Order: sequence, then structure tokens, then C-alpha cells
Amino acid sequence: MTALSPATLRLEQIKIALAGRELLAVDATIAPGEVLTVMGPSGSGKSTLLAYIAGFLEREFSASGGVWLGEHNLLNLPAEQRGIGLLFQDPLLFPHLSVGGNLRFGLPRHSNDKHQVTHALEQIGLAGFAERDPATLSGGQKARVALMRLLLSKPRAVLLDEPFSKLDTALRQEMRSLVFSQLREAGLPALLVTHDHADADAAGGPIIELG
Amino acid sequence: MLRLAPALIIALLVLPVGAGLLMVLLPAFGYLPALGGHTASLAPWQMLFAQPGLERSVAISFASGLVSTALALMMVVLFLAASRGTWLDRSIRRLVSPLLAIPHAAIAFGFAFLIAPSGLVARLISPSLTGWERPPDALIVNDPLGLSLMAGLVLKEVPFLLLMSLAALPQLAPEKRLMLARSLGYSPTIAWLKTVLPSLYPLIRLPVYAVIAYATSVVDMALILGPTLPPTLSVSILGWFNDPDISHRFMASAAAVLQLGITLAALLCWWLLEQLIRTLTRGWLTDGSRQRGETALRLFGRSALLISSSMALAALIGLGLFSVAGFWRFPEVLPQMLTLDHWQRSGSMLASPLLTTALVGLISTTLATALVLATLENEHRQHLQPKRSLWLLYLPLLVPQIAFLFGLIVAAESVGIRPQLGLVIAGHLLFVLPYVYLSLAEAYRQLDPRWLQVARSLGVSRSAAFWRVRLPLLLAPLLTAFAVGLAISIGQYLPTQLLGAGRVTTVTTEAVALAAGSNRRLIGVWALVQAGLPLIGFMLALTLPRLLGAQHREHAS
Repeated sequence: MTALSPATLRLEQIKIALAGRELLAVDATIAPGEVLTVMGPSGSGKSTLLAYIAGFLEREFSASGGVWLGEHNLLNLPAEQRGIGLLFQDPLLFPHLSVGGNLRFGLPRHSNDKHQVTHALEQIGLAGFAERDPATLSGGQKARVALMRLLLSKPRAVLLDEPFSKLDTALRQEMRSLVFSQLREAGLPALLVTHDHADADAAGGPIIELG
Repeated sequence: MLRLAPALIIALLVLPVGAGLLMVLLPAFGYLPALGGHTASLAPWQMLFAQPGLERSVAISFASGLVSTALALMMVVLFLAASRGTWLDRSIRRLVSPLLAIPHAAIAFGFAFLIAPSGLVARLISPSLTGWERPPDALIVNDPLGLSLMAGLVLKEVPFLLLMSLAALPQLAPEKRLMLARSLGYSPTIAWLKTVLPSLYPLIRLPVYAVIAYATSVVDMALILGPTLPPTLSVSILGWFNDPDISHRFMASAAAVLQLGITLAALLCWWLLEQLIRTLTRGWLTDGSRQRGETALRLFGRSALLISSSMALAALIGLGLFSVAGFWRFPEVLPQMLTLDHWQRSGSMLASPLLTTALVGLISTTLATALVLATLENEHRQHLQPKRSLWLLYLPLLVPQIAFLFGLIVAAESVGIRPQLGLVIAGHLLFVLPYVYLSLAEAYRQLDPRWLQVARSLGVSRSAAFWRVRLPLLLAPLLTAFAVGLAISIGQYLPTQLLGAGRVTTVTTEAVALAAGSNRRLIGVWALVQAGLPLIGFMLALTLPRLLGAQHREHAS
């Protein structure tokens, strides 16, 4: 996973079942800079699909199908070597680290962190926040830091699990455009699962309906 | 009535410790009218510092507390970091409560039987690896540096710290943190150490401090595994207090104050280490290193705890073997002859101590459980947040037993209470109470409040809802807390020995008394009985709810 040229994320005939009952079947290709939206009501197995791709599928599920990032078969790799970044409903900023510490946590080793962290904070309108305790941030600020931490880690593809559902309506629109423009700019293939049609519209890519 | 419960608990914990400390402090400076000490003097201290080998006793008490705690904590932390989701993780989680229930003395005896020159380990590797045809002439148990004592302490501290960590972990949502860190490229063990540990440690800090306090001042384990010439400070103090020469009582009081100082110094030293480690690792947390050390840490994390748990289990097997061994020539791994003689001969002597053990355990644990339930129910009804005064619960666990129990006897005698069974029960209550509270509080608070709201809305009174809804729903954790309390009571050596003035004999005091002799077969019998009692309690606690549940289902069908 060292080559950093944009790669395509290919979900090949994926089927996931729980206790013999099929939850979902997906076959799709996501080009660099594209966002594929998977829609469905809760319980349709959207998050399970993300867990399978990222390498966190629980033991009780059975799954088949291939996950390819460019030439690499991701299913042979442990979660931490897949190069897949996750963005959750909750920003999950580590409470024992400062805002800057959280960003440095995402940076690869031996990168010029001081400058990069300052620059990243400026990009999301939080210049000077490096030493702050994440608990003192507003919901929207936390979400922006979480996004920046993800991007600094240089993922090769991104999975988004209802990332806007806990934000209030005004913030939601702002975060949507920030997230999708950043992903497009970085040229990353992204998979968004949501039950909100406005998310899918903002993503602007193809849509798969489940359930 | 209920509103008084929290105050009652605090008073029950704080007053005896306070009075005990005071009545040790006064004679340490020569003042104890009952024994003819009417003026303050430094004579007890001068006498204490003239004792040969004092520095060594102090050094070993201090070091064994810090070293064993550091080792045990490191093993637990790396195990948690390295073994999540493995079969090892699941089996150790199942083993941890029974392991914790085995009294210190039984573990110490079993461990001694393993590592002694003629012990099981030597037999397993002899003569094939060592060439020994006879037990080597080496001082392994009771070694002068206290290494076997430290190892024995680690075996007991690991399950305690593990259980405390497992209880604290769920509130940190470790799975989410790990998933996030791994999606950022961190390998699992490193991810746990960087994202979960910094939040976990503050939650287990008090238990860690309790372990340090215990390990610096332990008596029963030190009698069995510790050095002898000189012994640890706590063992010396016990000898001086029991000395017929009255002046030794004053010196022993001074030594008890010194013991308190050593424990405090060890705690302070640990706190400084905490600060140092925090400063040293601050950069590492965010330096972006994701893989380095993963393999080594994982290997150590899994193997260390596997070894220590196997040792504890092997210690029990060793006790069993010795208790039924007849003739047993040295390099043979198994006895040539098995016999029930030792059990039959001990049978009649076991009855009375067993009865006393059960009586003391049941009464003190019942009292403790009632008090804890009253406190928790009061907290619930008054909508109180768990108080910050909670750390007072740890007071009897943080102040060395040997530092305040003698003073407690003096204090009790001054109000006309002689050492006897009642005082022993009260003493046990002091140590049982914190553990019952710690094991019950979380389950109590987490019970969905809607159960009680439903009951109340059906016209049931508050107290009826408590008896008919809350207690049945909490049956399993309640029984577990009761079993924990029993196990703690059964294992108590010093409070039983001192507060009963040697006249209240339990299986624990009898077993420890055998340490001075060398009849291993007899020790095997008594230590096994001592280890078996709490296990019975835990087995009942696990099976009763299932049996009762099965009954319900039968009625339903």
C-alpha cells in the first residue's frame, strides 16, 4: 500500500448473511473521487457491509465476495493495512489527546507534523486550536477535526457510516459540502451508507437501495 | 433509616481505621497508660532502630510492593492489549473470578510446593535436564531477596487487577476506539496501548494503589514465601507485638508507624513513576508509529498471563497431590503411593475451624451486603450521583492492616470490648464491605430504571418494588457480590489472628500456622480446604440463578 496513485475500489459480488438469512448483496465499482451511496432502513445491513470492507466483520456473520483496491485484494490484509479510512456518526476524538494530538495521531510516522497540523487546522477554520481539549469543541468543530484526522492519515479509500446524522440541520449542509469536496479533491473512492436522501443528493454519485 | 446508610458505611470504615492508627501512634511515642507508658518518649524508636537487619526488612517490604505491582500491572495491561478476541482472552475471562477467590495463603503454599528444591518443577525437569538425583541444596522459597514472595504476590495481584480493568473497560467503548485507530493504520496491540490505556489507567488507579499498600505490608504470604533472617517488616512487627516483654509492644507500635510510612513512600514513589511515564510517553502517543513493537508486545502479553494463570492452577494441583501423597521419592513426578490418611487424620480437626470460618464469613458478608444495598437504594431514591467520598471505601485497603489492627484492639479494650468472635466479625466487615460495594455498585446503577417505573405505575410501593422487582432482577450480581465477600472473609489472616487474640481459629489461621512446621502433606490438606471454600461459594453463585431460572421456565410451560 505504498503507491499513492488513485485506485478504484471494487466490490465484487459481495453477499453477507446472518444465521443463514441473506442480509444484502452488492456488486459495484467506485472510481477515484466518486461517492457511491448505499441507502436502506436500519437493520438492512448497511453498517455490516462497511465492517466487511474495512475488516471488522463480527464472527457471527458469514460473507462472500471480493474487495479490491486497485490491484490489491483487501480481504487478505488485516484491517490496519487495508488503507481504508472510516468516518462515523460520532467524531470519536480521543479524550486523552489534545486537538493537535488527535491530528498527529492520524499522521504517518516521520512526516513533518508541526507544519501539517497547523495547516490542517487552518483548512477547517480552527487555526490556533491545537492545544485545546476536544471536549471543549462544538459538535461541528469535532466533526471537522475527525475528517481532517482521517485525511491526514492518507487513506486510499473512505467509508462513511451516516456521518451527518447527529449534526443539526444547519451544520449538516455545511459538513456535507466540506466532506464531499475534500474527498473529491483528494481523489478518493468513497462509500457512504445513510438513510437520508439529502445525503445521497449531496454526494452526487450513484445510489444503491437496500432492503 | 435508609438515609443513614451512607453515613453508617463511612463511619464503619473510617472510625476503626482512625482509632486504630491513633492507638498505634500514641504508644509509638511511649504513651499507653494501660501498659505503664505515661510520658512521651523516643525510646521505642531508639529500640526499633537498634534492631539488627531493620534496613533489610524495610528495603524488602518496599521493593516487593513496588516490583510485584509493576510486574502484575504490566502483565495485565499487555494481556488486554494483545489478546482481545482470542481463545486465550475468553478462557482467562472465565478463570479470573475463581482465581481471585483463592486465598493468598493457599496460593503461597501451592506456589512454594511448585518451586521448592523438591517441588513439582524440580521433579519435572530432574534428572533429565538437571542431573539432580536428590533435591538441590538451594534456598528458593524464603530466599533472602524476597523474589519468591514477589512472584507469589504477582500470581494473586494479576487476577485482581484484571478483574478491575475488565469492570472499567465497557464505559470506555474500547471497540470503537480500536476500530478507528486500526482504520488509521495502527496494529491492534499498539492501537490498544495508545487509545484505550490512557483512559483506562485513571479508572484503575485506586485498585493499583490498594495492591501496592497490600503488597508492602502483607503478612500471611510473607510468612510462607518471604525471607526469614530478617523477615519482612510486617512479619517482624507481628513477632514484636506478640512478645511477652512489654517494652516490645511500644517498639512494635513504632514499627507499625514505620510500616505506614513505608507504604506511603511506596505510593509516593509509584505516583512519581506515573508522572515520569506520562511525560516519557506523551510524544510516543502521537508520533504516528503504528506497528513498531507489535510482535514482541503481543508475544509477551499473551504468554506472561498464560504462564501466571497456569502457575496458579498448577499450585492448586500441587496442593492436591501433596495432600494425598504417601511415599514420594525425589525425582519422581508422581507419588509412588496415594493415600487418604492425611485427610482422615485432619478430618476431626477441620470441623471446628470450618464452622468458625463459615460463621464469620456468612455473618460479615450478610451485614456488608445489607449495608451496601441500603446505600445503593438510598442513592437511587435520592437521585444522588455516586459521591466523591467513594474513595473512603478504599481506606481499609490503602492503610496497611498491620499498621492499625493492633491499635484497634487497644481502642476496643479501652471501651471494654475484649478480643473475641464478635470483634473478628466486625474486623472482617471492614475488609468485606469495600469489595461487596465494588462488585455490586455497577450492576445496581446499570439496571434499567424503567423496570422500577413500570412496577410503580402498576401500583407497587417503593419498598415492594425493591423486594419484588429489583432484587430478583439483580439476583446474579447479588450472589456474585456475596461470593466475593465470602472469599475475602475466608482469606483474612491478620484480622482473625489479632482480633480473636489467637483464640478464634479459622481454616486460614490454621493453615498459616502450619507454615512454621514442614509437614507438606498436612499443609496440602488445609490449604486445599482453604482454597476450596470460596470456590464453592462462587459455584453456588453461578448455578443458583440458572436453577431458579429453569424453575421459572418449567412453571411457564
